[in-house]
Amino acid sequence: MTVTATTTDPQPGYKWVGTRPVRHDGLDKVTGRARYGADLNLPGMLIGAVLRSPHAHARILSIDTSAAEAMEGVRAVVTGADFPMLESGGEGSGEEYYDPLDLCRNVMARDKVLYEGHALAAVAATSRREALAALAAIEVDYEVLPHVLDVSEAMAPDAPILHEDLITEGVEPVPTTPSNVASRYVIDRGDIEKGFAEADVIVEREFVTQPVHQGYIEPHAVVADVGEDGKATVFCSSQGHFMVRAHTAELLGWEPSRVKVIPAEIGGGFGGKTTVYVEPVATRLSQKAGRPVKIVMTRDEVFRATGPTSGCKIRLKVGATRDGRLTAVSGSMAYQAGAFKGSPVSLGCMCAFAPYTIENVFLEGFDVVVNMPKVTAYRAPGAPMASFASETLLDEIAERVGMDPLEFRLHNAAEEGVRSVYGPIHKRIGFRETVEAVRDHPHYSIELGPNQGRGVASGFWFNFGGSSSATVHINEDGTASVLTGSPDIGGSRASMALMAAEELGIDVYDVTPIVSDTESVGYTDVTGGSRVTHATGLAVIDACRKVVADLRARAAMVWDVDVDEVEWVDGRAQHVSGDRAPMTTRDLAADAAGTGGPITASAAVNARGAGAAFSTQVCDVEVDPETGYVKILRYTTAQDAGRAIHPSYVEGQMQGGVAQGIGWALNEEYIFDADGTMENPGFLDYRMPVASDLPMIDTVIVEVPNPGHPYGVRGVGEVGIVPPMAAVANAIHDATGLRLSELPMSPVKVLEAIGANGG
Amino acid sequence: MRYVAPTSIEETVSVLAGDVRAQVYAGATDFIPQLRMGRPEPGVAVDLKRIDRLTDLRREGDTWVIGAATPSARLSEEEDLVAELPGLVEAAHLIGSDQIQSRASLGGNLCNASPAADSVPAMVVNDGRAVIAGPAGMRTIPVASVVTGPGSTSLATDEFLVELVFDRPPPRTADAYLRFIPRTEMDIAVVGAGARLTLDEAGRCQEVSVALGAVAPTVVMVPAAADILVGNPLTDEALKRVAAEASAVCNPIDDKRGTKAYRRQVAGVLAVRALRLAADRAARTG
Amino acid sequence: MSRKHVTCTINGDPAEFLCEEDQSLLDALRDVVGLMGVKEGCATGDCGACSVILDGRLNCSCLVLAPEAEGATIVTVEGMAGPDGLHPLQETFLEGAALQCGICTPGFLVAGKALLDRNPDPTEEEVRYAVAGNLCRCTGYDKIVRSILDAAARMGEAAPAS
Repeated sequence: MTVTATTTDPQPGYKWVGTRPVRHDGLDKVTGRARYGADLNLPGMLIGAVLRSPHAHARILSIDTSAAEAMEGVRAVVTGADFPMLESGGEGSGEEYYDPLDLCRNVMARDKVLYEGHALAAVAATSRREALAALAAIEVDYEVLPHVLDVSEAMAPDAPILHEDLITEGVEPVPTTPSNVASRYVIDRGDIEKGFAEADVIVEREFVTQPVHQGYIEPHAVVADVGEDGKATVFCSSQGHFMVRAHTAELLGWEPSRVKVIPAEIGGGFGGKTTVYVEPVATRLSQKAGRPVKIVMTRDEVFRATGPTSGCKIRLKVGATRDGRLTAVSGSMAYQAGAFKGSPVSLGCMCAFAPYTIENVFLEGFDVVVNMPKVTAYRAPGAPMASFASETLLDEIAERVGMDPLEFRLHNAAEEGVRSVYGPIHKRIGFRETVEAVRDHPHYSIELGPNQGRGVASGFWFNFGGSSSATVHINEDGTASVLTGSPDIGGSRASMALMAAEELGIDVYDVTPIVSDTESVGYTDVTGGSRVTHATGLAVIDACRKVVADLRARAAMVWDVDVDEVEWVDGRAQHVSGDRAPMTTRDLAADAAGTGGPITASAAVNARGAGAAFSTQVCDVEVDPETGYVKILRYTTAQDAGRAIHPSYVEGQMQGGVAQGIGWALNEEYIFDADGTMENPGFLDYRMPVASDLPMIDTVIVEVPNPGHPYGVRGVGEVGIVPPMAAVANAIHDATGLRLSELPMSPVKVLEAIGANGG
Repeated sequence: MRYVAPTSIEETVSVLAGDVRAQVYAGATDFIPQLRMGRPEPGVAVDLKRIDRLTDLRREGDTWVIGAATPSARLSEEEDLVAELPGLVEAAHLIGSDQIQSRASLGGNLCNASPAADSVPAMVVNDGRAVIAGPAGMRTIPVASVVTGPGSTSLATDEFLVELVFDRPPPRTADAYLRFIPRTEMDIAVVGAGARLTLDEAGRCQEVSVALGAVAPTVVMVPAAADILVGNPLTDEALKRVAAEASAVCNPIDDKRGTKAYRRQVAGVLAVRALRLAADRAARTG
Repeated sequence: MSRKHVTCTINGDPAEFLCEEDQSLLDALRDVVGLMGVKEGCATGDCGACSVILDGRLNCSCLVLAPEAEGATIVTVEGMAGPDGLHPLQETFLEGAALQCGICTPGFLVAGKALLDRNPDPTEEEVRYAVAGNLCRCTGYDKIVRSILDAAARMGEAAPAS
């Protein structure tokens, strides 16, 4: 290969960490060889297709599949009756949360369909044409019910009820009647009345956002093959093949070990591929038909039936003293959960003011079921919409007290050792440094022209740790294979290889990072929560350190010295006294049989030391006062990465988060008609940013090491999407004087606001 | 669905005569997505791109003749056409991405009969003519009378569009087309405005034509623009009146792409901007 | 259903395949010819993941009926690397970290090639509009645009002075 690493200096004290090698999976991905979810065809393979509800809310009176089953080419038909009904349960919130009962009803509707696009039957046939014809032959008798989408309407006493058994959690006394409010979450600290009494300035607004989709370019795709022994092999792209294994098995009533999941390359997820949709369906179809079954969603299905994140209504009130000290915040947030409980509203409440030190806080969040697809994690779930509200209000209050918005943020910045708004004491964090990085960036002092404006905003994300496994083999030639269970969404193989090269002291290209299937490496949580480089990285480092210990022991054996006399330096065993010729990994590997057999080690972690991430961003816009069009002129983002293992992919995460946030800010939204049917289920009218919509996105990687990782790694994947909506809104305010409080800030809304303002 | 690719106009006429379920298509940039979204398949898909005359682009005397299936990218590559009918070329160029430009055609854009078709207002202000073939031979009608409503045309089911003909502009004449979309690419027009004008030697408007797209079931003309502007220079005051008239003739709908109020207001804005652009160009052509 | 026999040139090699008459070129390239580097993101011409160069012009293969390829010359991502190694775009995409998940990458590479074949020295704005028909959700386009500009510069240096 003629391609070489971009030579940048490694981090001080490191040889590989901080360099930018070409990613190991890169060649396959620029030549078309990489295999994604839809890229596998097997002999005898059937094509599966899913029947989806045309109604937003309806009772299923009957499903008659007999005509479909009799059709030529049709080999299997399934409905909800082909899957066991699971018990409700589960706990927690955020990216890992699920309730088995809800999941099984989401994958295949039972008595009711709860959103347009809800799956209720599926077929496998010898061609897609036949499969679609069979779907058309399935007769479903619906009793259409009133539906509800708006959170306020869904919370009203007379709202159509989605689940007759849904009793609100978190309120006293426990309600006796069902409602669409699944739970109430509260943060209550300090004394709100006292806090607002101390305030000289109080601002309060209501904010509204719409559901938005993760918008990964690769639709969900699976090939399932159930063998004569009853065991299933499932090839699919996901953010976690162990998650796919667990959910698929659970939904089929099987033990997990009956399912082997082979991870395909994943064509984007952003949280949206942390659950299952078609995987259990294809598996059951394959079991019934006795042949492999492939299901690939259409783009239309992806929009109608998979993971948007919540639209919401947020009302917030913020108080500050004349000299710019925040004294109190209060408010409520209501998030759409989609058809089943589990919106990220609690995370929104926790994140909204997390960059700041505020003593008096009262925030309540409502998780509200509505007739749209069950929301799925989307990059820093819950935080972006809450921060749109909070960071817009902070901009307003800074303006009211006459402070530069960045100075205002520094004045109130959360610090190490101080209790966070959401509870825990902050460890070492780099929020202040991100604000200073933006303040000191040339961007912040570029002069603006007419109709132009500048906005800043900050954001917080926890970052997660969790369970990861890794195995490291030293091959006979001294190279290393590093096996993990974390799908590589955006360059994590390169990060794993860099950390392994650092530990083993060998060239990064002598490390082969491999994403292994569920039978070849230990259990690993999903790629989500910005956890992989941190947590899976810890497992890799740990396994490498075991390998190094083994290599040193073998050198000691060869030299017949005490192991303490053997040092591992630059990939070589050295005798402390220096009177033995050093032995390289290659030397030791060649003689492995003579020193105890193959050299290999595994490690597993449940990482608890994730370090919080902060980002501060500045955006310049130009607003066309006659059309309401907002052009993004310049964008700069500063983010605390803790330690950048591969800076290019850290930058990439920062830029990608910003681009998604700009889309969310300006144009992206689910649009429903009066019947609850999605009107824009395609990339033409679900308007994600295209290349000509965006400027270069300048990045400043701030490195305040995370004490919970040997190299200081924090997660970098998510926080970048938190500030953009407020940054854009604040820039529009600077350009026009208007405070926009609804997303998206589309040309129609901007022009309406200009008109209402007498423009 | 069968696929046929006739190589002559006569062959196409006979295919259409032989099967009422035959459907002609050019670039397929609307046709195929419509099939994927559930439009019933025709019995025969008749690919017009193998007929030389339908993919031609030529200057013929005082006219430009553009084959109905000629890809839009070809228009942008024809320097003399760009110089003489820049608004028409811009309108064609705005139809989709580079990928779409390789396929999408003026003929397809017209016959798909979307109210938001970008090229139609530009063709109409340039008094384009449509040459139509059918069992009775060829006939020529104004482009403005091809589209009769959303998705419907005045062509009989056994007829098809062969080419589009435009007069080369006289001196001090130019056109322009502008559209509004929420992004910079890959969107359907929320509002489109085509303008063409001829200036006299003193810089006053001699002839004026303004047509709006995406604000009514079919393209709407703004006849008041000529009433206000002919004999006068383009003053801010006059253009303000034109904007109001443009907004007034709109008959838009609220939909996922825009509101009635937005479309009305921006129609006026774009009409004025297109007129200014056309006037600048006309002045430069001396 | 009867199938149509298509003879064409794919990535420089003579090729033949049988397709359904309503099949898209995308589906034929993937499921019949086996060129899985051509990706499907939408099947409606809105994402560019299925981009190919068809008779010298950039196309969404999802918007082409497979029988239309009769006699055509088709270049896919699989045809970009030559006997001398990778295409400069492939090199600069790798070096510039212009891919994250990689699903859109084949389409961007093909669109980038179509651009540089016709305009060897594009501006940033020209690059942005030339790939506006290609959606990427991971990168924010920054590194993609830079990598295309870098490839143009590299090809310019390599070209004999004129």
